[in-house]
Amino acid sequence: MKPTKVPIWEQESSEAQPTLGMNPKKFSMWLFLLSVVMIFASLTSGYIVRKAEGNWVDFELPPIFWFTTAILLLSSVTHQLAFNQAKKDNLAQVKGWMFLTTLLGIGFLITQWYAWVYLVHINVYFSGNNVAGSFLYVLTGLHALHLISAIVFVLIITVKTFRFQVHSKNILGIELCTTYWHFLDVLWIYLFIFLMVFH
Amino acid sequence: MESIELQHHAHAVHGHGHDDHHEDHEEGTFLTKYIFSQDHKVIAKQFLISGIFWAIIGGTLSSLFRIQLGFPDADMSFLKPILGGWIEDGKLNPEFYLAMVTMHGTIMVFFVLTAGLSGTFSNFLIPLQIGARDMASGFLNMLSYWFFFASSVIMLWSMFIETGPASGGWVIYPPLSAVQTASPGSGLGMTMWLSAMALFIVSSLLGSINYVSTVINMRTKGMTFTRLPLTIWAFFFTAIIGILSFPVLLSAALLLIFDRSMGTSFYLSEIYINGEALPNMGGSPILFQHLFWFLGHPEVYIVLLPALGITSEIIAVNSRKPIFGYKAMIGSIMAITLLSFIVWAHHMFVTGMNPFLGSIFMFLTLIIAIPSAVKAFNYITTLWRGNIVFTPGMLFSIGLVSFFISGGLTGVALGNSAIDIQLHDTYFVVAHFHLVMGSASFFGMVAGVYHWFPKMFGRMLNEKLGYVHFWLTFVGVYCIFFPMHYTGIAGFPRRYYSFTSYDAFKTFGDLNSFISVAAIITFGAQLIFVFNFFYSIFRGRRAPMNPWRANTLEWTTPINPGHGNWVGEIPHVYRWPYDYSKPGADEDFIMQTVPFAETASSNLEGEEDLVEGEPIEKAHA
Repeated sequence: MKPTKVPIWEQESSEAQPTLGMNPKKFSMWLFLLSVVMIFASLTSGYIVRKAEGNWVDFELPPIFWFTTAILLLSSVTHQLAFNQAKKDNLAQVKGWMFLTTLLGIGFLITQWYAWVYLVHINVYFSGNNVAGSFLYVLTGLHALHLISAIVFVLIITVKTFRFQVHSKNILGIELCTTYWHFLDVLWIYLFIFLMVFH
Repeated sequence: MESIELQHHAHAVHGHGHDDHHEDHEEGTFLTKYIFSQDHKVIAKQFLISGIFWAIIGGTLSSLFRIQLGFPDADMSFLKPILGGWIEDGKLNPEFYLAMVTMHGTIMVFFVLTAGLSGTFSNFLIPLQIGARDMASGFLNMLSYWFFFASSVIMLWSMFIETGPASGGWVIYPPLSAVQTASPGSGLGMTMWLSAMALFIVSSLLGSINYVSTVINMRTKGMTFTRLPLTIWAFFFTAIIGILSFPVLLSAALLLIFDRSMGTSFYLSEIYINGEALPNMGGSPILFQHLFWFLGHPEVYIVLLPALGITSEIIAVNSRKPIFGYKAMIGSIMAITLLSFIVWAHHMFVTGMNPFLGSIFMFLTLIIAIPSAVKAFNYITTLWRGNIVFTPGMLFSIGLVSFFISGGLTGVALGNSAIDIQLHDTYFVVAHFHLVMGSASFFGMVAGVYHWFPKMFGRMLNEKLGYVHFWLTFVGVYCIFFPMHYTGIAGFPRRYYSFTSYDAFKTFGDLNSFISVAAIITFGAQLIFVFNFFYSIFRGRRAPMNPWRANTLEWTTPINPGHGNWVGEIPHVYRWPYDYSKPGADEDFIMQTVPFAETASSNLEGEEDLVEGEPIEKAHA
């Protein structure tokens, strides 16, 4: 049953009308993103609650975060370009942009790792009694974990492109992948701004 | 979709009575049909049978610790074959008592009333009642069950390890749960608890995402939101609560895992064990409580709302009357959903919270009484002057209404932050939530099994055994929990191993024996149901197509529906699901698939206009 879009207010007549609806898979993706939002929302509100109790160690955020943010933003652009090319059936271009997205994603993870190296360098550790530091590791680590899953997703879509399974008539996979990637990008920007405001 | 329909026709031509095949055209072996099935109906039955299994274990645990509470001087050596080393010199080990209380709570809240209730009925009824062939993703649905299964295995396993299962209460507050040396159960038992719950959360999220996506996107033609049965509305909002609250438990558990194993101090500060100071400083155990109850309170409604939805449906069907206040019911479910997220701190009134903040949470908590009262009122007014058919399912639904009211009233008392100072963590709280959340939800679940058993297995449950089961359970539940209000007001704290050590509580000895006897008899009565359930699957009376003369779509499917639910086209929907005893109608029910054009004698004023433009041919089942 492929429902077409009929607004609910147009369904006054009792004649059996198709119900409103979108693609269930796309919809499920958004629900999944909602649950990821709740994980980070709860962690950042926990951060605020804990900070309000005082006894909070202040330290400089790693300056490399500016650089990592730029890389992630760039990867969002390349991913979007891949998606746009997929709509136009330029498969060679799709492969190229997806490849670049993967590289940038991995580059982001490596530079995030250097942020952790910097933290250790200024004596902010994951374990121990500095909860502010622990929170920073948890937030960045959990985001990185999600980004790893997104890279796996990108790789799967890239392989599918090589098998001619991604094209303008079969766009859903790469569309979901793009949504997820942009989401993690926005999520990182939220975390970065949050940390700048509340560190 | 077309291919399925074609196949159904092919089967009909060849005279096959059943069609258990999969969408991918294979007939399916035992393994793909019953074990790794993607059919929502089979997955629902898997959840139900796992839920029954867990309920027996959870009930057995409560009987065991009720023996300790009711008969503290009894010689418990006869339990040695089951409990082994946990019985020392005829006495129950106090650490194991705490472990049993913890596991009873965990099992009942999560494994029985979340997975067993939502897992069963959301899976079973959503596609059948909205007119869909299956869930949005059958694969994720299957995955959801198997994550739950893995979680169950780990949780069950944890009960048989040498140091015993987690024993810090089902709320796993740190430091008991965070410091591995705090109690025997805080070590491996707690680790396994956390692993099991992480898997459980994944399972629950997969399920919930599927439910919401299916309800919004997969409804049949004509099934507008205001024609959805209230069961679907309840499952829908339950799933939304799950999507929003379970991730928070995951975060709380994640930080707890870091505290336990990686030396962080999110929840730990200034703790001494045996005179030795722990190195952790700067953590906040209250932070855990905030995170936990942000899930914990919505969880109450994850447990209760499906039961309320099931009750709405069963009461309307068996009163032979439209549900009173259909839109008010939807509104109250929405209101409860919204409020469930902003009342969590009423579990924490005595944590040293700012009294002003406490009064805000008290205010919000008391507002929940309004949508709850709307629901109770609507159940009673639906019953009022109805043509009531007392099926076992109906009796259990009415029982739910009774518990919902008597348990809800004590909630109004507990929600007051001032009264809570006296009542916090006493048996009054135990009595309150066992009535309003435990027993009410359990009754909703059992009512649902009695009502939809014919659709699940094509056979009827034995009614006489059902009546015996109902009366023993209904009377039993009140005998168990009513006296607890009394001991609670007297100040007797929950989770204590023994009350006879305190002079103030010695007078409650007889009362506690009475509660224990009632609890064990009530648990025994559940075995009648278990017998009835498994016996009737194979030997029950064969069910007719629409045994309760109900309006909803699931009763238009074949008696034993195959994967895909309907043979041929999915029926279209022309009206709401509660046209019972409509004046002027030939029968006392008009199914949702009947167009207004065919019911000229009973159409109301506004409905006459709806006849025009009606397709002549009626969608047939």
